[in-house]
Amino acid sequence: MTYMHIGKDFTPPDIEGKVTGAARYAEDFRRDGLVFARLLTSPIPAGRVVNIDASEALAMPGVLGIFTADDLPESKPPANPALAKEFITYIGQPILAVAAESEELAEAAIERIVVEYERRPFVVDPLETLIEGGPDPYPMGNSLIRTGEAAAGTTASGTGVGQIKWTADQVASFRAGRFPTGANFPEEWMYGDVDAAFAQCSTIVEEPFVTIGYPHHSLESRTGMAYWENGKCYFHGSLQSHTVGHDALSAMLEIDPANLVFINENTGGGFGSKIFPYPTMAVTGRFARKLNRPLQLRITRAEEFYIGSARSGMQGWIKVGLRDNGRVGAVDVAIVGDAGAGGGASGSSAAEHISIMYQPENMRFRGMSLYTNTAPRGAQRGPGQNEMAAVLSPIMDKAARQAGIDLVEFRRLNAPGMEAKIGPRQGGLSSSYYPEALQMAAAEFGWEQKKALPRQISATKVRGIGVGEGYHSAGASGYDGLLRIAPDGKIYLHTGVGNLGTYSYAAVVRAAAEALQCSWENCVVVHGRTDYHLQHSTYQGGSNTMFTETRSSHVAAMDAIRKLKEIAAAQFGGAADDYSIGGERVFLTSDSSKGMTYGEAAQKAIEMGGEYSGASFPEDIHNTTKRAVQGLAGTGLIGVGKDTLPKSGTTPGFAVAMVEIELDTETGKFDILNYTGIAECGTIVHPLGLRQAMNGGGVWGFGMAGYERHVYDPQNGLPANVGLYQSKPPTYLDVPVQMNCSATDMPDPQSPVGARGIGEPAQGCAVAALMSAISDALDGHLFNRTPVTPDMIVNHIAQNGFNTGDLKTNTF
Amino acid sequence: MNPKLTRRRFIKGVIASGVAAASTSLWYSASGQNRPAGAVERLLTINVNGQSRRVDVAPQETLAHTLRYKLGLTGAKLGCNRGECGSCTVLADDVNIYSCSTLTHEVKNKAILTVEGLRAADGTLHPVQAAFIQELSPACGFCTSGQIMSAVALLKSNPRPTRAEARQALSGNLCRCGAYDHYLNGVMRASGQLS
Repeated sequence: MTYMHIGKDFTPPDIEGKVTGAARYAEDFRRDGLVFARLLTSPIPAGRVVNIDASEALAMPGVLGIFTADDLPESKPPANPALAKEFITYIGQPILAVAAESEELAEAAIERIVVEYERRPFVVDPLETLIEGGPDPYPMGNSLIRTGEAAAGTTASGTGVGQIKWTADQVASFRAGRFPTGANFPEEWMYGDVDAAFAQCSTIVEEPFVTIGYPHHSLESRTGMAYWENGKCYFHGSLQSHTVGHDALSAMLEIDPANLVFINENTGGGFGSKIFPYPTMAVTGRFARKLNRPLQLRITRAEEFYIGSARSGMQGWIKVGLRDNGRVGAVDVAIVGDAGAGGGASGSSAAEHISIMYQPENMRFRGMSLYTNTAPRGAQRGPGQNEMAAVLSPIMDKAARQAGIDLVEFRRLNAPGMEAKIGPRQGGLSSSYYPEALQMAAAEFGWEQKKALPRQISATKVRGIGVGEGYHSAGASGYDGLLRIAPDGKIYLHTGVGNLGTYSYAAVVRAAAEALQCSWENCVVVHGRTDYHLQHSTYQGGSNTMFTETRSSHVAAMDAIRKLKEIAAAQFGGAADDYSIGGERVFLTSDSSKGMTYGEAAQKAIEMGGEYSGASFPEDIHNTTKRAVQGLAGTGLIGVGKDTLPKSGTTPGFAVAMVEIELDTETGKFDILNYTGIAECGTIVHPLGLRQAMNGGGVWGFGMAGYERHVYDPQNGLPANVGLYQSKPPTYLDVPVQMNCSATDMPDPQSPVGARGIGEPAQGCAVAALMSAISDALDGHLFNRTPVTPDMIVNHIAQNGFNTGDLKTNTF
Repeated sequence: MNPKLTRRRFIKGVIASGVAAASTSLWYSASGQNRPAGAVERLLTINVNGQSRRVDVAPQETLAHTLRYKLGLTGAKLGCNRGECGSCTVLADDVNIYSCSTLTHEVKNKAILTVEGLRAADGTLHPVQAAFIQELSPACGFCTSGQIMSAVALLKSNPRPTRAEARQALSGNLCRCGAYDHYLNGVMRASGQLS
């Protein structure tokens, strides 16, 4: 299909500000009378606050006040409180905030505050709390209980703390890499007859695995600024979503959503950690109200490590069975997830990754989320799916090698196609061209040619090649679209999605420009401040934006087109269906001289009123959208609607990657020589944006494979790596000199423009392929963990036994 | 009135003695500013983006602090404030430095160039800025001004770097979004090696 805008590059409206320094982030804003707040954080991993003596600090000139848990609604575990009192559950947890006329004064005041703590037992290894008699991270237990539906990425509601214990023998068995017979797993799902299916399999592989959590390390920390003016709160924050967080932030501040103006034109990274408002935002807004001064709460890089949330870790066991024909006949997987202090682990999502990417004919998952006294966990780029992709790929390689099948051919045999099923309910997909993506990757990478190359490059260098796959659900429905055609002919495309840096906030509204057949130069993207009258849009995360918001943008455009035609029919006679659009005019199809420009139609809409001008609106749109339409009413032709387009099955995002590395057997370091990533995300909407998502995801994959991890001292609960250089995001020197990516560019039938998302799978495929390549370079050796660090590689090559201890999360 | 005590001399004397610091700003009293008389000159005229800017600078004040909070130049970002990420990179006499880890007093005699100073007088973008737009180099944009300044420094000393040289030159600038490939494309385009 030929498009005007879809599939074409464009200059996003915010990019010039990013290269000139004009783009402003939350910490760049100042306000007359601004005061500065800093946090006092917990030095102990578990306990409670007995007493706070702030008298000396409050007596300091320029110190304006303190803010404690007593200033906030009571929080119940496992919800992560903005400020802790009764339940301190990790080192670095905020206890109170101090505000002063300067940041330095606030810091000095913190030094003068005496907090008396009562310690409790703590635990940093989930298997330690699982063992009978082991310490619990909360006084009431160690495990996540789901009492209702909790919003993604939060623990604000619907969860509780329970207790799960295994016998010492069961824990020892699991530590040693065996399934713990008779052990209790509160989460379980299955399809088919797994035990019977294994009996039919000719190849069986059974392996343990561990993945370690790590921080998001968004370069923009959670620093925010708030002030109150004329009964409204103006909040400069850093979220990756926009309007979807508005109501939640209003609730945190206990105000009517109409009285909150959330300002967030640019966000310096989020990666899942800023999908929804986070606890410290409550402190910023409420403390500003308490002092009646504009207030900035700075979150430092070190604090970001503690309170910025992190990826969950997992420890597991998997058994894979292949039938004679190379199909995966059965998979059995058990996962103990590390949910940190007040989060949720992702075992079921991890298992779902297996179910879709290898289409096992029979499968069972057993799992649990255990808390530890470590950093709180939350959504991080493909939570569950991507860490499973990392450990699964070499394990599947082992099975394929054992069965004598080429690694790519094995994946082709098991690839999810149009008829693929997913998860415990074995539901279908909206579409899948994954087999085509796999074929493209093999051709572009040159799999067969590289396979034939010698493994030994020199005396100390060996070659490894690998293939890996990434998946995430990539789209939803039910959100609202909104646009306004002004009398001057400008088309204002509103969007309430956040600006995470993917430019998808702008790319998705091009679906409306496409439907309206209008020039991009005549369009204005309206975003970034809720008082710009923004509609209820999806959260920006989970590869979700592209599918979801091209649909809602299209819906708004179709509503506008209907109104344009009705206005023209009212002016020139006949029925609305007798009219067409083109060249930013609406005209009689049989006589194009009878028509009017979009601007003239907008003026007419204002005169006609009612739904044309936004004086009335559909009942089924969200309250946020109703407020937005009310704000715009009478200023032009309003196109608005809720996405009720047909949707069925899971909307998938897929990616496949292939990697060639050169591994130095003396140092354990590896260099990535070649990287090819292929996206299967429906129609390409924004080619450069897609490249950026794929390449950026690739870099994230390299980080998970080789560098990033939590390290905790089990004796004291102290984190050992609170900085960027210690849990290191990859640098220029850790990634290939040039990366290659491409896409199948085949349309999903449930999107008006054929588009789906890709952000999550872009990481999963890269980490999986790199783990596969490392294993390949070492003759198929399995480390069964992420990350694989140079010392582990050197220890393996030296066969010195240092790598043979039990697998553990967090500790090392 | 003592004819030797002019208003100008009086003010200079007060500044040198630290009295002004103690009496006019809570910030100084809280941060150990009460230094011996004459220890460090506080009022500086520094050259930023080709302009002389007069600014009151504490002895331990970082250049990032001066630029962001006293001169209103917020293009340089504080990603870590401890020399790990490079988001605060600016040029001092054409050398890229971490402004979060440089004392303003250390560079008071150098020409400071920030991302805000790159545009030509007629508003034309610097070739690196234009190339970064064309290659969609920035993602979230938080590290972008640092990447740009390191690229500008590189091209001043090496106008036609290889991709590997550019990679090395920019390796002190982290990009958490992982847009490295796009930044390198931008450098190659800005140096006329990519069309």
